[in-house]
Amino acid sequence: MSTEKPSALISKYLRTQHLPHIWCPGCGHGILMRDVAKAIDNLKIDNDNVCLVSGIGCSSRIAGYMDFNTIHTTHGRAIAFATGIKLAKPEMTVIVVAGDGDISAIGGNHLIHAARRNIDLTVVVFNNDIYGMTGGQYSPTTPKGELGTTAPYGNIDRPFDISALAKGAGATYVARGTAYHAVQTIKMIQDGISHKGFALIDCISACPTYYGRKNKKGGAVEMMKWQQANGVSVEKAAGMTAEELAGKLVIGKLHQEMGVPEFTEEYQRIIDRFTVGG
Amino acid sequence: MGKRLVVNHRWCKGCGICVAFCPKEVLAMKNDKIQIADESKCIRCGQCELRCPDYAIFLEDVINKTTEEAQ
Repeated sequence: MSTEKPSALISKYLRTQHLPHIWCPGCGHGILMRDVAKAIDNLKIDNDNVCLVSGIGCSSRIAGYMDFNTIHTTHGRAIAFATGIKLAKPEMTVIVVAGDGDISAIGGNHLIHAARRNIDLTVVVFNNDIYGMTGGQYSPTTPKGELGTTAPYGNIDRPFDISALAKGAGATYVARGTAYHAVQTIKMIQDGISHKGFALIDCISACPTYYGRKNKKGGAVEMMKWQQANGVSVEKAAGMTAEELAGKLVIGKLHQEMGVPEFTEEYQRIIDRFTVGG
Repeated sequence: MGKRLVVNHRWCKGCGICVAFCPKEVLAMKNDKIQIADESKCIRCGQCELRCPDYAIFLEDVINKTTEEAQ
């Protein structure tokens, strides 16, 4: 059966007049955007109580597509804008969607300090291991030896593990999902939003146009099958050796710490001390 | 309330992900667009909807319609 109408989920959470989106055929970002919508839907949070903040890059186009309060900010600064929004409206669900380069290179400092402060933001990283929008330059998550337009002989850098970086910096909820593992990733985004404190979900996307083509990973289907074949649950990974885990993606909740003071609540305590009658 | 499989050809970019992950070979590609080749095999699992990057295929709720009309 053919239709011109979008599904109920898409109608409710996306600005359908801007669809189809600009992402390439088979881009994992479209799947991950639906995951964000589904997570909000499952949590039954009103659209008007959500603010979605993005920076610059392919993934950051999401601020134009999703029908929440949205703001498309400058490169790497989404977390800085989100921090201001959360302080002004602590009751609001503030979500940052960012690419791997945006969050860990240009905005790397904002990431580690927001994690350290444990501010109640949910950062959903659309991690495709490359700068897609600008033409396939290698990013901080491009694996060593892989090709990019700026690494024609192979990337010589060691990649960042964004999840480990966030955990090390003090994030109190860290998980890793993929475009293929949609059901699990929706749950992780839900749990990240529900978690009081800084939450980061590192979502492995797929860029068939640049990363896939440059590195002969096949098309969108092959890249999704790679995620399917190489995703290992946290529970299974616990019983595997480092050698067995080489080249695998550990999927699931990687870290959660409860009871750590949250930034906006701590800030409010200071305000209360100086408020007459407070 | 039943569900039926629907396709929005206007949004389909022909990536083929839904065809690859359909467990029942319901779907096929035709002129770089998705086609429902055999809906009778569809088990309404929603694997296609879950992974379509373009929201071009999904299960729609069918309310107050007979199964025949829903097909």
